[in-house]
Order: sequence, then structure tokens, then C-alpha cells
Amino acid sequence: MAPPDDPRPRVSIVATGVANTASVAAGFRRCGAEPVFIDDPASAQSADYLVLPGVGSFAAGMACLRERDLVGVIRDRVDEGRPTLAVCLGLQLLCESSEESPGVEGLAVVPARIERFPADVRAPQFGWNSVEPGPASRYVRAGYAYYANSYRLPAAPEGWAQATTVHASPFAAAIERGRVLACQFHPELSGRWGLALVKRWLQNGEEAPSC
Amino acid sequence: MLTRRIIPCLDVRDGRVVKGVRFQGLRDVGDPVEQASRYEEQGADELVILDVSATPEGRATAADTVAAVRELLSIPLTVGGGVRQVADAERLLAAGADKVGVNTAAVERPGILTELADRTGAQCVVLALDAARREGDEGWEVVTRSGAHRTGLDAIAWARRAEQAGAGEILLTSWDRDGTGHGYDLELLAAISSAIRVPIIASGGASGVDHMREAFDAGADAVLAASIFHDGVMTVQQVKAMLAERGVEVRR
Repeated sequence: MAPPDDPRPRVSIVATGVANTASVAAGFRRCGAEPVFIDDPASAQSADYLVLPGVGSFAAGMACLRERDLVGVIRDRVDEGRPTLAVCLGLQLLCESSEESPGVEGLAVVPARIERFPADVRAPQFGWNSVEPGPASRYVRAGYAYYANSYRLPAAPEGWAQATTVHASPFAAAIERGRVLACQFHPELSGRWGLALVKRWLQNGEEAPSC
Repeated sequence: MLTRRIIPCLDVRDGRVVKGVRFQGLRDVGDPVEQASRYEEQGADELVILDVSATPEGRATAADTVAAVRELLSIPLTVGGGVRQVADAERLLAAGADKVGVNTAAVERPGILTELADRTGAQCVVLALDAARREGDEGWEVVTRSGAHRTGLDAIAWARRAEQAGAGEILLTSWDRDGTGHGYDLELLAAISSAIRVPIIASGGASGVDHMREAFDAGADAVLAASIFHDGVMTVQQVKAMLAERGVEVRR
């Protein structure tokens, strides 16, 4: 919990130990939050806001969560709709499995399978692509988001609001349920649009003041 | 639809932005944090910082520069220059980079690309490939050490090998065109583009929007430019508006 005299929301980022976590933390500071890194189930359980970042492979990501005994607590948070933000690989880890790592079981809290982009498009998909919110999207608005992915969730399962992007074919740009937001793109790298999205998630859908 | 990216590049030495022709005659053109923020404001899609420091002290400053830029920058940041081993890349990522560029070290030891990709994911690994036309011969060869060393290595074969080894993106600089304003080497671009599947950032030689459009037509996913923006010839916003008029999909 944040001390009472600190008005900034405290955002707990699961420390995966790889890649651009420093960049992710800076993104939350720009949104007016106080990022902290955590890697144990008790902290993940008690966190006001939990962020599951992720770059790297599906298998490595799951191995990291298992080693730290985080599988059950993240599953519960998502099931209960508690404030949880999954980014890029983080979204994929919520699913049952991925074409990237056959035989590896995901968090399986989203009943779906992650698939690779078809062979005839550039992959990884690096760059800015347009995002179209669905009728039930509460957090995601129309705009451009920054992607760095070779795999994607083709469509959200029932019960999840889907925003959509097209790269060769449509896929789930982001899915939402309760206070859970999972983005295939990187909100922390998606300019003002991305910062405004993170602020709406932090403020539970309230309109964010401009960054 | 995935848009084409415009990427300003800051060559940074000892905490200041510099620019020269073919890496020679460097002159001071500004403060990196100020310039990075201005470019994001103008609509830049990403930013590249190339550390051109020649000394260990300069390299240490580069991490500070990256951290300072990161605090303000909400678009992707690639940092290259002086990455010799995985630990160098990790230092830059820890300072706030999203991707790390590797050049000479990868040519000397391609295994570093695999080590980096295993550690950070291929999407963090950018191969900086500097290519020059072979003298009196067909094709292009890879040059390293800021152009001082002609390796004899075929640029197309190297791009293929680097992709297999773990490079997630290729920053392709034409050594013959860099800083000249004569346009990108389109034949080189088309040859590399058809040889690999990972995205290509074209670099070296642009002095106008038509050069950029030509690069996109030749297969580039993104273009890198320095002089055109630093010299205040055009803003990123103006470049994007003109590209859109020419039928190029850009984020606006």
C-alpha cells in the first residue's frame, strides 16, 4: 500500500528480469504512478494495481511465473476482475497455449490459443497500427498503438470486450473484463494515446486529464 | 493497417547530439533530451540514439543520456553504438532502451545476436548493417568500425544470417550515401528486403520526402533521418503530411 501522504497510485510490475522493464517503469511514472517491482505471490496478491509486462518467449515467460509461484495469484486476480494490466507477451500468457511454445500451458484464464502471423506478412509486426475499440470496450479508444509481436490472439473469447487491429487479418489488439486490461500493443510506448489509456485503467474508465 | 515509420536519429557523443558526413567532422547540434521531446511532439514514430563516443567515459555518459531521454519519451527508443557483449546491451536496457543495436560486434561474432535474442527476445535486437558498394564489383560488402574496415562479407548473405541468428530488425545504412543527401541506395534496399522477413529501417542519404517515399517503395518499413530534421529543413509533421499526400500510410 502507498503511504497515505502519497497520492500517486502504486503500480506493482512483475519483475521478469528481462528486456525493457526500465522503459515500462518510466512509462508509469509519466502517467503519474509510482512503479515498484515485485516477484512474489504475496505482493502480487496485495497489489492495488498489478502489471504483467512481457517480452521474450511464451515458454520463458511461463517458466518465470512458475519459478516465482505467481501462476495461481495472477489467475485469481483476473478471475475476480481486480486491476491487472497485461502487456504484449503478458496478454498471451493469460491464454491457454501458444503456437510459439507447443506443449507449454499458459495461465489459461482466457480460453484461447495464441497463433503466429501468417507467413506472407512481415514479422515481427514492428510499428504503429490502428486500433478500433469494440462496443463493450471501456478503456480502449480509437487511435494508433505501437506493436512489437510475431504472435497474436486471433479473437477474444466470450465475456471479453475486444478492440481490434488488422495485420494481414484482424486480431485482438486488447481485451478487457472488469478491471483487467490486456494489450497486445505497448501502451507505454504508444505516445499520448497510450498514456491516456493507462490513466483510464488506473482511474477505472474515468476520463484522464491530458498528459 | 501497419503504418510506415519515421525515425529521427540522434548521434550522441559525450552527452550532446552531433552530426557529421560519413561520421567525420562532427559538429554539435543540440541537447538530446530537448530534441527527443521535440521529435515525439512532432509525431516521430520512434527514436534512435547512436552513441558515437570514442572513450569509456563517453560510453558511461551515454547510459545517463538514455535514462534522461527515457523519463520523457513515450515512443520506442533504440540505442546502439559500442555494444560489444550482452552486458553492454543489458546496461542500455536497464537505462530505459526498448531495443539495442549491434553492429561491429555481431560481424566479428554473430553468436552475440543469438545470446541477446535468447536473453531479451528478438524484438529487442536490432542489427545495424553498414553496407558499401564493392569497388569495381557487383553487390555490397559489410563495413564496420565506422566505415574504417571493409570486411569483404556480402551484405545480403549477412542480413540472412543475422535474421537466423536472432536479429528482430535490420537498420540498413548505405555507407556510400550517408550524410550526402543523394537519397537512399534503393538497389541495396530492394535486395536486402527481398532476402529477409524481419522489418528494415533504411538509413543514409535522405534529403527530402521523395527519397523517403522511394525507400518505402523499395521495401523499407521505416526510414531513419538525421540531417533533414536537425537542420530544421523540415519537421517530422511536415514530412508525414507530404508522405500522406504521396499515398504513404503514416500515423498522424
